[in-house]
Amino acid sequence: MNLLELILTDYTLQVVSLGSALLGIVSGVLGSFAVIRKESLLGDAISHAALPGITIAFLLTQTKNTEILLLGALISGLIATLLIFGISNYTRIKFDSALGLILSVFFGAGLVMLTYIQRIPNANQAGLDKFIFGQASTLLLRDVKLIALVGSVLLALVVLFWKEFKIVSFDREFAESLGFNTDRIVLLLSFMIVTSIIIGLQTVGVILMSAMITSPAVAARQWTDKLSVMVILSAVFGAISGIGGTLISSVIPRLPTGPMIVVFISAIVIISLGFAPNRGLVFRYIRNKKNQRNVNREKILINLYELAMKHDKIGHGHHVLTIDPDIGFDKIGRKNLEKQLENFKSKGLADKDYEDKWYITEKGIEYVKKYILEGEM
Amino acid sequence: MEGNLDYIINVEDMTVAYHMKPVLWDVDLNIPKSVLMAIVGPNGAGKSTLIKAMLDLIKPISGEVSFNGKSYKEYRRHIAYVPQSESVDWDFPTNVLDVVLMGRYGELGWIRRPKKRDKKLALEALEKVGMREYSHRQISQLSGGQQQRVFLARALVQNADIYFMDEPFKGVDAKTEKAIIELLKELKDRGKTLIVVHHDLQTVEEYFDWVVLLNRQIIAAGPVEEVFTEENINKTYRSSLKLARVGD
Repeated sequence: MNLLELILTDYTLQVVSLGSALLGIVSGVLGSFAVIRKESLLGDAISHAALPGITIAFLLTQTKNTEILLLGALISGLIATLLIFGISNYTRIKFDSALGLILSVFFGAGLVMLTYIQRIPNANQAGLDKFIFGQASTLLLRDVKLIALVGSVLLALVVLFWKEFKIVSFDREFAESLGFNTDRIVLLLSFMIVTSIIIGLQTVGVILMSAMITSPAVAARQWTDKLSVMVILSAVFGAISGIGGTLISSVIPRLPTGPMIVVFISAIVIISLGFAPNRGLVFRYIRNKKNQRNVNREKILINLYELAMKHDKIGHGHHVLTIDPDIGFDKIGRKNLEKQLENFKSKGLADKDYEDKWYITEKGIEYVKKYILEGEM
Repeated sequence: MEGNLDYIINVEDMTVAYHMKPVLWDVDLNIPKSVLMAIVGPNGAGKSTLIKAMLDLIKPISGEVSFNGKSYKEYRRHIAYVPQSESVDWDFPTNVLDVVLMGRYGELGWIRRPKKRDKKLALEALEKVGMREYSHRQISQLSGGQQQRVFLARALVQNADIYFMDEPFKGVDAKTEKAIIELLKELKDRGKTLIVVHHDLQTVEEYFDWVVLLNRQIIAAGPVEEVFTEENINKTYRSSLKLARVGD
């Protein structure tokens, strides 16, 4: 199958990809703030808590109109947010417990109502469960327009209140002391995060939506130390995953789009965690090894120096095991140790006698005094 | 109230409680202009709480604070606050200059972005704390002492008359501590008032000229040479046990 041809000709695919891409951008941007504020799990609680809103909206209106169902989701998500903050501020229940509590209570209620709805003999009922795992293929141009409209408003607000969002995320108390009403800023930001979650429910579903909020931001954080770059990168990752997931699921039959998008962004997260410069695991492993080698190198030379100080004359040789018993007994360690000693020899810092015993040279002693011991004082 | 004009800060009848437990109890405090003042007391004495309540960051159960006869809100432009450096996440994705620029946000107000002039002021403040060449350094790479200097620079760009500092010497090396105290003394000499939560009793006499001994209540307040006596210190650090028993 020709992928390019498919993209150019398949109208549904175009609509769905566009919707998923826009969704990725919006959730990438707002998710960045959720992540730096250490409120990633809030997204999970809110998306689950949106379910009863959807079912109640359906029960009240008996329509399957997406806008109305999502409005219900939004209201229910906002109520959940206020409850979570309220519980953690005004009771002794901690933030994480409040999250768990609200998530399970709301999601449970939503599931009960969903089951109830499916038992009513009404042709309209079918399809509500698409909000659980999402069903991107049901995205219509109208839905995409809604995502674009809401997304534009959210992005505009982020640009407008950039400075305020940044300062409350970094140092809320300081912001308050400057005269900003931080309660209002935090509330606005939270409402915006909730909204960005709600617009993704049709595509990705309540269970996986939190991944769209958290993952692009976590991946982006790995590559940069600048908030603005992080937010943009997060949007790019979100968009790529939206399009990538949609394309893969359209090429391979029976693959669900929403979960595929989440798998795609998860792959980006794994690559970022592993290979990003500075913060990536591989980079950090190499840096640690390098540091370790430098430390070992210095340690060997200092040991040689100290052994020499115990004897009157320079040139008193020592067996490899005496020089560093910690690493010398290990086979690989001993090999490395001998390699290092040869290295010292080539630099004239140490030498070995006819019995293969090692000693530090005059030059080595000077080196230790000048560069290693000096630095410690 | 007579004599009020000599004091730049007046705290009256302030009581603060967390979860029904009193943290500060009936605090009355007058602070004169142009002093370098330490707030000392044992752990849990309410030192941080006192400055946070004065800065309107914590709502007291009762009490009034006035700055030059005005409320905190009215006088806010002239007040700078240096929180404990541990209170923020130093892995936040931003650099030194950006953090110092946050000190300008109050004057900028809502929505307006920092301009060239703000940047210039921020760099000057960094120069004063000896961190100019670190302006583009990612903040996660700073040592404890450097973090404190950055926070100090952030307060300096606020160009305030009154500075509140919550343990600025915590986690700081000896050299930085010296540098910071020199800077604070210089600010005092320029007529600024500085209120510093301080932990180290041994340096009080050397660093400060005014002191408050606090243990939920004010035990003593005044010039260091008059108030910082063995008797008062003992009273401050002993009564914590007594009060704790009553509180429990």
